[in-house]
Amino acid sequence: MDYSNLRRQAASMKKVLFDQGHLDEQFRQVEDLQDEASPNFVEEVVVVFFKDSGRLISNLEQALEKYPRDFNRWDAYMQQLKGSCSSIGASRMKNECMSFRDNCGKGNVEGCMGCLQKLKREHAILRQKLESYFQLLRQAGPAGAATRPVM
Amino acid sequence: MAVAIAEAPFHVLAVDDSLPDRKLIERLLKTSSFQVTTVDSGTKALEFLGLHGADASISVHADHLDVEVNVNLIITDYCMPGMTGYDLLKKIKESSSLRDIPVVIMSSENIPSRINRCLEEGANEFFLKPVRLSDMSKLKPHIMKSRCKEHYHQEEDDLLSNSDSNTSSNPTNNSSSDTISTSNPTNYSSNPTYNSSGDSSSARKRKAADDEILPKTSRPRHS
Repeated sequence: MDYSNLRRQAASMKKVLFDQGHLDEQFRQVEDLQDEASPNFVEEVVVVFFKDSGRLISNLEQALEKYPRDFNRWDAYMQQLKGSCSSIGASRMKNECMSFRDNCGKGNVEGCMGCLQKLKREHAILRQKLESYFQLLRQAGPAGAATRPVM
Repeated sequence: MAVAIAEAPFHVLAVDDSLPDRKLIERLLKTSSFQVTTVDSGTKALEFLGLHGADASISVHADHLDVEVNVNLIITDYCMPGMTGYDLLKKIKESSSLRDIPVVIMSSENIPSRINRCLEEGANEFFLKPVRLSDMSKLKPHIMKSRCKEHYHQEEDDLLSNSDSNTSSNPTNNSSSDTISTSNPTNYSSNPTYNSSGDSSSARKRKAADDEILPKTSRPRHS
């Protein structure tokens, strides 16, 4: 198995994520926290993030139905979600959160709904891409997973 | 090789209702050589700190602990359901046993009035989220400053109440009373393990003088 090739593929996958704006500088900050003491930290945080954000999105969807035009409430949910996205460097998702909040501010229900759909799409895309990325890293061997991700 | 002085790292209590953020702040703190406890609410934070119920002025030993928890700094998110970081800050400052613990507030929103409100209430620092590794180096100075403050408060208490009430097991307190009010380092025996004290008031006492005499090499490294 050509581990260096797999690692190169992983690195290029990650570069695409940055170039396409899915991830921003904050993701690199998170990577910097990974070391021998915590060799799977990035993946662990990412997993926690997707679980948490999935839950928040689901809560928000329920709130949209249960509390129509309750922009303050909707905004509060989105503020939480935006915070998590920001912490992990999920840039496109964060932008959709911000657009949603803008629409709340304007009292634009359709705008909010549109943003939510985009947000869900970005959530799914990023999740799938990062899952592939980590899988590749794992295939690249324990050395590939345990050390700082190759850039 | 000389006997290594086993000094406990500083203990930070991190409060945040967001799980990913808790994971991050924990890692940030551990990487910076802090001992970390995380909780997901202000209420749990107060419980951990030994405060129960609405009366923040009563300090109660946690039932299951022999030794009272020793927290050197509290870092808390601002926006939390129920008790906000600001509410938590207020309760801490209202508590005679906790008021000297430095508090840092974190928020993802950059709202000047919010920041000022927190600083006015006694917060030592305000971090904009996402918190970075470079922010961690700002924590230790607050801990060191608060220990000086604690030292002076304790001296005041000592002077007011005489050495009668000062029956703690901490050997540095039993130094002869005529030296208590001075910060002359030679009168304090070096206290290698800081969190071994069982007495509640001395649990947080790390004499500032000790720091002045002990070489900094024995301190935990911070990145």
